[in-house]
Amino acid sequence: MKNVYMDNNATTRVAPEVVDVMLPFFGELWGNPSSMHYFGGQVARHIEAARAQVAALIGADPTEIVFTSCGSESDNMATRGGLEAAGPQIRLITSRVEHAAILGPARHYAEHGGEVVEIGVDASGQLDLAELHRELANGHALVSLMWANNETGVIFPIDEIAAMVKQAGSVFHTDAVQAVGKLPIDVRRTPVDMLSLSGHKLHAPKGIGALYVRKGTKLNPFLLGGHQESGRRGGTENVPYIVGLGKACDMAAHYLGEETTRVAALRNRLELGLLDTCPDTSINGDRIKRLPNTCNISFQFIEGEGILYHMSDAGIAASSGSACTSGSLEPSHVIRAMGVPFTAAHGSIRFSLCRYNTEEEVDYVIETLPPIITRLRELSPFV
Amino acid sequence: MWDYTDTVMDHFKNPRNVGVIENPDGVGEVGSLACGDALKLTFKLADDGHIADAKFQTFGCASAIASSSALTEMIKGMTIEAADKVTNQDIAEFLGGLPEQKMHCSVMGREALEVAIENYRTGKTSKTILQGKIICNCFGITEDEIKDVVRNNGLTTAEQVTNYCKAGGGCGGCIHKIDEIIENIQAEIKKAATLAPAKAMTVLEKIRLIEETMEREIRPMLRRDGGDIDLIDVDGDRVVIGFRGMCAQCHVADFTMKEVVEAKLREFVSPTLTVEESRS
Repeated sequence: MKNVYMDNNATTRVAPEVVDVMLPFFGELWGNPSSMHYFGGQVARHIEAARAQVAALIGADPTEIVFTSCGSESDNMATRGGLEAAGPQIRLITSRVEHAAILGPARHYAEHGGEVVEIGVDASGQLDLAELHRELANGHALVSLMWANNETGVIFPIDEIAAMVKQAGSVFHTDAVQAVGKLPIDVRRTPVDMLSLSGHKLHAPKGIGALYVRKGTKLNPFLLGGHQESGRRGGTENVPYIVGLGKACDMAAHYLGEETTRVAALRNRLELGLLDTCPDTSINGDRIKRLPNTCNISFQFIEGEGILYHMSDAGIAASSGSACTSGSLEPSHVIRAMGVPFTAAHGSIRFSLCRYNTEEEVDYVIETLPPIITRLRELSPFV
Repeated sequence: MWDYTDTVMDHFKNPRNVGVIENPDGVGEVGSLACGDALKLTFKLADDGHIADAKFQTFGCASAIASSSALTEMIKGMTIEAADKVTNQDIAEFLGGLPEQKMHCSVMGREALEVAIENYRTGKTSKTILQGKIICNCFGITEDEIKDVVRNNGLTTAEQVTNYCKAGGGCGGCIHKIDEIIENIQAEIKKAATLAPAKAMTVLEKIRLIEETMEREIRPMLRRDGGDIDLIDVDGDRVVIGFRGMCAQCHVADFTMKEVVEAKLREFVSPTLTVEESRS
C-alpha cells in the first residue's frame, strides 16, 4: 500500500543518519557518563558534543541547554520551575492557543491560587498584541507564548513579543517545539529567556527534548536528584537519545534552507490543488506568517474523522481538529479560539509536510482527496 | 485510531440507505452542525403498516454514519410498534459494540427514530417535538433525553451521560443538574426496589432479587477493579457468596466487600439477611 505521511507536526520519521549515530550507545558505549573511569567518561564527551550541536541550531551557548525527556517536560520545567523560582505573587501570561503542555500547567497554577491570563487571538490566529501590552503593564509576570502553532502553523511575532516582555521586566518562555528546524532561530538576536524544543518533531526519536535557559534566568529544577545537567535536571542521562538529538539538530541546520523553499513549495502546491478541486473549502490561519510545512484546511459540511479514515485507507496520514478525533466533544481549542464557524471547524484537516515528502505524493493527495470529500458530502444533510 | 468493529467500519465505508425519501410518512431531524453531528431520518410505510423503506443523511464521525446506516437496516420491515422499541443499545449491539465515548452516536440514532415516529403519529415537526426543557445549552439536550439515557443504560455518573448524549461536554455548566437527575433516578430505583419485597417472597423470588441486586449494585463496582462475585447458596436469611478474580485474592475482602455486599442486600432485598463468604 502507498504510504504518504503528512502528519509531521504530530511526529516525524527518525532520520536514518540519526539512528546510525545512536546505535553504538546501545552497544559498546554503554557506560555512565558520570563515572570516574575512562569507560563511562568517554561517553560524557558525546553528550557535550550533542549539547553543542543543539546549541548551535538556535545560537545558544552549550551551557544553556538542558536535556529533557520531551517537549512537554521542557514546557513544564520552564513554566512550573520558572513560577516556583519567582515566588508566589507572579502572574502567568499565556495564550488561548498554546499546546496542552502549557495550558495544563497554567490551569494547575490557577487551581492552586495563581493568577493566569490567557491572551486571545484574532480570526487568523494572530496574537492580540495590544492585550498582551496591557497585561504586561499590570506587573511582573512569567510569559509563555508559542513560537509557532502546532495545528495551524501560525507564527507569533516572537522578536517583537520578546522585546515587549523584556521592556516590561518580565520573564519570557517560548514553546518552539514546532518552530525549531522549520524556521531560523537565533537566541542572540531574539531575547527569549527560555525555549522548549522536542526531538521527535525534527527527525530524532520520541523521548528526548531540550530546554534552552538563558544564563542568569531564575529556574527551579523540575526533577530533583543528582548533579546531572548542572543540577537542573537529576537523573542519569539518556545518552543514545541525546546523541541522536544532537545529530538531528545538526541535520536540521543543514536542511533549514530546503524547509523554507522546497517544503514550502510542496505545501503551497497541495493547498492550491485542494482549494482548486474542492468547493466550500478554506484555509485556517494566517497564510503568510505560517510554518512552511503546515496546511490547515476546512472542508465544510463534513466531519474530520470520516475524512481521516478514508484517507488512511488510501495510505495518506494526516490529522484533524475535529471533535470526534480528539475524544472530546468540541473541535480543537485553537480553531475555536480563532472563531472559525462550526460549519468549518468540524471538518478541519491538518497536513504537515517534511523534507522527505515529494511532489508525486502531493499530487497523489490532490487526486485522492476530492472524491472522498464528495462522497462524504453526499451523506451530509447540510449540503 | 478508535477501536471500531469490522461492522462499524463496513457500515461507515459502505453506508446503506443513504438519502431522503420523497413524501415520507415520518421525518426525524436531530443534532446540529454546532454539535458536531446531525441525522435526518425518513421512512415510508407499506400498505400493511410495515416500514417499507428508510433512508438517512448524517453529518458526523465514522461511528455516527455507521449508527445511522445500521438503524435504517434494522427498522426496515418492522411495524411502527416494533421500531419504537429499538433502543440505542440495540443499535450499538447491531454494530458489535461502540467505544464508550462514541455511544452518543447510537443515542442520536434512537432520538431520530423517536422523533420520526412521533412525526408520523402526530404530524408535529422535529423542532416542536424536541422542544422540551433544555438542560445542556451547548448541545441542546433536554431533560427527557438525559433521563432516557440514564435509565436505559444504567448510567451512574455525569461523565457517562456526556459519553452517551454529549450533555455536559461543552462548558460543563450543567454538570450539577445532570448529577441531580442521576440522583433522582437512583432514588426512584431504590424506592421501587425497597417497596417490592414488602410482601412475602418465595425462595425463588428472593434468589432472583439477590441476583438482580448483585448485578446492579455490586458487580459493576467489583468489575472496575477486575473482580467479580458469585451467589453460591441461599438458606433462609443466610446468603453464601464467593468472590472471583482480583477480589478473591484481596486480603481486605473480609471486612470491606462482605460488609458492602451485606449492606446492599439488606437495603434492596431484606433487612434480616446475613452474608457469608465461601472460600471454596
